[in-house]
Formats: sequence, structure tokens, C-alpha cells
Amino acid sequence: MMRLELVKRPQRSALFSALSPFIAFALTIIAGAIMFALLGVNPLTAFRIYFIEPISQVWQLHELAIKAAPLILIAVGLSVCYKANIWNIGAEGQFILGGIFGSSIPVLFPQFEGPLVLPLMLLLGMVGGAAYAAIPALLKTRFGTNEILTSLMLVYVAQLFLDWLVRGPWRDPQGHGFPQTIQFGDSAVLPELMPDAGRANWGFAFALIAAVLIWILMSRMLKGFEVRVLGSSPRAGRFAGFGLNRMVFFAFLLSGALAGLAGISEVSGAIGQLQPVISPGYGFTAIIVAFLGRLNPLGIVAAGLVLALTYLGGEAVQSALGISDKVARVFQGMLLFFVLGCDTLIHYRIRLIGLALTKPDGAAKLDAAPKLKEAR
Amino acid sequence: MDITVNILLTIATAATPLLIAAIGELVVERSGVLNLGVEGMMIMGAVGGFGAGYLTGSPWIGLLAAIAMGALFSLLFAVMTLSLATNQVATGLSLTLLGLGLSGMIGTSFVGQPGVRLPNLDIPGLTSIPVIGRLLFGQDPIFYISIALTAAVMWFLFKTRTGLTLRSIGDSHASAHALGIKVIRYRYLSVIFGGACAGLAGGHLSLVYTPQWVENMTAGRGWIALALVVFASWRPWRVLAGAYIFGAVWIGQLHAQAFGIPVPSQMLSSLPYLATVVVLVLISRNKRLTMMNTPASLGQPFVPDR
Repeated sequence: MMRLELVKRPQRSALFSALSPFIAFALTIIAGAIMFALLGVNPLTAFRIYFIEPISQVWQLHELAIKAAPLILIAVGLSVCYKANIWNIGAEGQFILGGIFGSSIPVLFPQFEGPLVLPLMLLLGMVGGAAYAAIPALLKTRFGTNEILTSLMLVYVAQLFLDWLVRGPWRDPQGHGFPQTIQFGDSAVLPELMPDAGRANWGFAFALIAAVLIWILMSRMLKGFEVRVLGSSPRAGRFAGFGLNRMVFFAFLLSGALAGLAGISEVSGAIGQLQPVISPGYGFTAIIVAFLGRLNPLGIVAAGLVLALTYLGGEAVQSALGISDKVARVFQGMLLFFVLGCDTLIHYRIRLIGLALTKPDGAAKLDAAPKLKEAR
Repeated sequence: MDITVNILLTIATAATPLLIAAIGELVVERSGVLNLGVEGMMIMGAVGGFGAGYLTGSPWIGLLAAIAMGALFSLLFAVMTLSLATNQVATGLSLTLLGLGLSGMIGTSFVGQPGVRLPNLDIPGLTSIPVIGRLLFGQDPIFYISIALTAAVMWFLFKTRTGLTLRSIGDSHASAHALGIKVIRYRYLSVIFGGACAGLAGGHLSLVYTPQWVENMTAGRGWIALALVVFASWRPWRVLAGAYIFGAVWIGQLHAQAFGIPVPSQMLSSLPYLATVVVLVLISRNKRLTMMNTPASLGQPFVPDR
């Protein structure tokens, strides 16, 4: 029998706090190598195709930025929630509602053009995401309803609502029956950052700006302190006069607005119209990004780029090796698992005890454990 | 009459996976652990059950594989949250995300393949009794397991000493530990039981409900099962009632779509999810009921001190 024992550290380990994402990434690579070997692919070949080839040219870096932008935007918002111990896991739905709200202008008023269109769309996108996030916040503060379950249920509702819109009232009448809206006009399309080099659009700039702003909020302003206090000790927060209900609204509205901004940026910049599906699970992958980035906005930027690469790599191995692009999902899930496991090292030392596998007879096994314990 | 019987039968079929997954999660939460990975364990059970059934041709082997898959997958959660004391909410979420991805990858070659279906019970003489015959003696085997499981969990939690111990751990792991109860061992077994149940529930989807493999075929049922536990305020017979109410909502919206009533099908499809939200709000308004039954140490990590 072998058993793990956790020994609390006197204080949190700064070393492991910094190292943990890297250890987690290394463990993911090892587990990924085993997985590729099981699938009958040389792991080295697979890793070259998965992690290196998708970012070896400039235009590919732009594709990386396109995938990273929504992940970072959503994740910095979620990091505020999770720091406050508020569990918004419905960012996918808020992303979709942001996309829908923002798209209402080019879809319903296609003749409306000019420089005002885009800012209005982005604003509406944020309003849509925030409004949708306000529902679980309201239910939690008013009735004490668990926000995890309500925010998640609303994701399914949002997906079905978008599906209905693009197949029904918002369908392009000239679209040959395809379930999609009209192509947005030029003034409703988010411009590319460097059109000569690649497709990356302003969404990526928004993501970086949001990360810096949230970093300032969390580390330099009273509100950030309030978030951290209420998250780690609601009782202490109450004594300090911080309102938990106000915090729930603040965290949900902020993360919802950022998810909504990500949604409209994706629709306007990368897609150019509404379709039945506008997200390959960005809202859920962003949860992984938030944790991998240690709930720190600057760490989240790095984590967002890594997770964006898992999407690109998934597409690459699918076309090159014929492996399902679901492999990306598996990588993402494993990464989160390992990062959570490695985080234990920040607060605890791990000891293995009761190693008694060499003796075959039961009696030796029985007394070996106490002896080892004494030896400590 | 026949139509009524048919509708009742389909409601039972829709309610069974919700019931089994929720009963499993109820035991887990009674021991003080919140496993948000039900959806992931369920989908792993569904793909494992379908795969084993498809490859061996035997739905019974599929059934066992579904249970084993769910239990094995929950072990991952148990090691993380119980041995490494990780955050239960985040770990449960990652279990769901990993399960959805892994099942999609495993199931790539199963898409569009014909599955095997568990045969319905058929007792000569009894099953052919009009009306009640098919309801009582003509359903799929997992239906009977689900009812027996509910009764067994009810008896175990409230009539046995071990059940009492389990509930006491859920209410205060520190006191239970001080009394010399092996908190971590109890919780390991509870989590694995919950995983086996979620796996079985997934197996029901891919071996009875729609005997085929479709990606994301659990469609949020794992989350609804989690909501059912809250709705039932952690009491088994209320889980049973809740599962059948949700089964009825699920079937009701399908029938409404089939009748072609002039409401968008997407709106009808979103009814089960909206109903979940409404039900959660109604139940959480009753603060006293919720406070009285919520396991007090639910979701809090426990590290035994030595």
C-alpha cells in the first residue's frame, strides 16, 4: 500500500506558485506523448505538427492571436469572479448573447453605415453579455440560488436562442436557405491590425487592453482588494463594510461584459456574420485559461496563447494525421487537471508513506507502515 | 389508453438516467464532496457502454463497461480532491471538460454505427396484462435498477449505521475525524459510487434511450442531475419525484415538437434548462429547508492533521 500525505507549509511557496504552470505543462506533454503513442502516432512527429508547425510563419501567428483574443478577454473577467469566490461558468452563453446584441445593428439596419457603427456594436455586445450575466447574479443575490447551475443552464438556452434567430427571423433571405444572417457591411467589420501580415483583428488588442486594465484594478485599486478579501474571507469582508451582494453583481456584470465583447469581436472580426455556432467552446476553455494563468491577468495572456495553440494544433493533427480534433479538448482538460494538482504544492508538501510492496507476505506489509512512520 | 401508456413509458425512460446520476451525486454530496463532473462521467459512461456493446455485440457487457468507465473516471476526481485537496468546483469542472473531449475522441469511429439495445423485460403472462403490464413488467432493466437503487440509498443513508456515519462526515468532517472515522476513505468510496452511477446513467443513454453514439449526447443531463440534488434538498425520494417531473418536461417538449404546435422548436428544446433554473429559484427561496438539509461541509477540502 502506498499513500499520499499532505503536510501544510508554514506559508505559501512562491517557488511552486511560479513553477506550477510549467510543471503542469510538462506533465501534459508526457501524458500527451502516451496518448499519441496509443493512437499509433510517433509522439515526436505529432508534437512537431501540434505545437511547432502551427506557429512557424507570421500569418499563423495572426491565427493564434485570433483564437487567443476571446480566450483572454473572457478569462480576465472570470479571474475576477473566481478570486471573489463567485462561480460564473456560463461565459459561453454571455459570449453568444454579446454576439447577438452586437449583431443586431448590421442585421436589422444594414443601411446604417459610418464610423459610429462599430463602437455601437461593441457597446451593445458588452451590454448583451452583461445583461445575460445579470440573471444568475440577480437570482443569487435575491433568492440565494446557486450561480454555478443557473449560469450553466443559461448557456444551453443561449445556444438554442441563437440557433432560432439564424434559422428564423434573422436568416438572410438571399442566403439560399443557409442558416446564417447577411454578411456584415464594411463599416460593421472589426478591422485587421496589420492587413498585410495576417488576419488578426482588433479583438486581440481589446484582449491585451482588458488584461492590463483588470491587472491595475486588481493590484492597484481598492475594488481589487475588496474582491480578494471577500473571496478569501467573506466574514472579514463584511466587517470591513464590503457588500457581498454588490460584489456578486460587480463580478458577474464585469465578466459578462467582457465575454460579450469577446462575442461581438469574434462575430464581427473573425466570422463576419451570425451562424448557428459561433464559438468552439471559448467560454469553457477560458475557465482553463483563467486557472492556468493563476487568476492573474498577465499570466492569463500567456495562458491564452498556450490554449489558443491547442486549438490550432488540434486542427493541424486532424488534417495531417487524421486524428480527431477533439484531441485539443483532451489536451485542454489534461492541462487544467495537472495545473490544479500542481497547485497543491503551493500550500502543501507531499510525502509518500507506507511503501511495503517488496514483501510478499501480509504480515510484513502490516508492520512495515508503522515502522516507516516512526522513522520519520 | 395505449397512447397514455406509451407516454408514461417514455417519461420513465427519460427520467431514469437523471434519477440514477442524481442518486449517485446525492450520496457523494451527503459525504460532503461536491463533484461537478457528473456530465463528464456520464458521457464517459455513454461512450464506454456504446463502445463495449458495439465491439462485443453484448449490451450487458456494454452496461458493465459503462459502470466501470464512470467509476474509473471519478477516481481521477477523488485522487485530486481527496488526496491532493484541490478545489472541488474547479476539479469537477475540469472533469467535465476532459470527459467531453475524451469521449469525443474515443467515439470518433463510433459515429453513425448501429448500436445494441438492452432488451426490455418480458415476463410471459405478466407483461401482457393490459395497461399495467408494460408499465410494471415490460421496461428496460436499468429502469428497475434505478428504482431499486433509490430505495437502497434511502435505506442505507437513513437506516444503517454506516449511512449515519457518512452523513456525519458530510456535516462536519473535522468532528468525524476526531472520532476516529476514516473521512477520506468514506469519501473515496462515495465518489466512486457516484461515478459508477453517472456511468450507468450514461450507459442508459447509449444502450437504451438512443442506442447509438452521438457526441455530447448527454446534452446537459449531468448538470440537471446536479440541480435535482439541490431541488430534492438531499433527500432520495424527492430526487425520484424530481427526476420524473424533469422526464415529463423533456418528453412533453418532444411531443409538442412532434405535434407541430406553432412555437419554435428551439424554444421547446430550451424548456428543460429553463425549468431547471425556475425550480432552483423556487427551492432556494425556502431558506430554512435548504439550510436544514445542506451538508455543512459540502465542497470544503479536508486534510487530516497528524
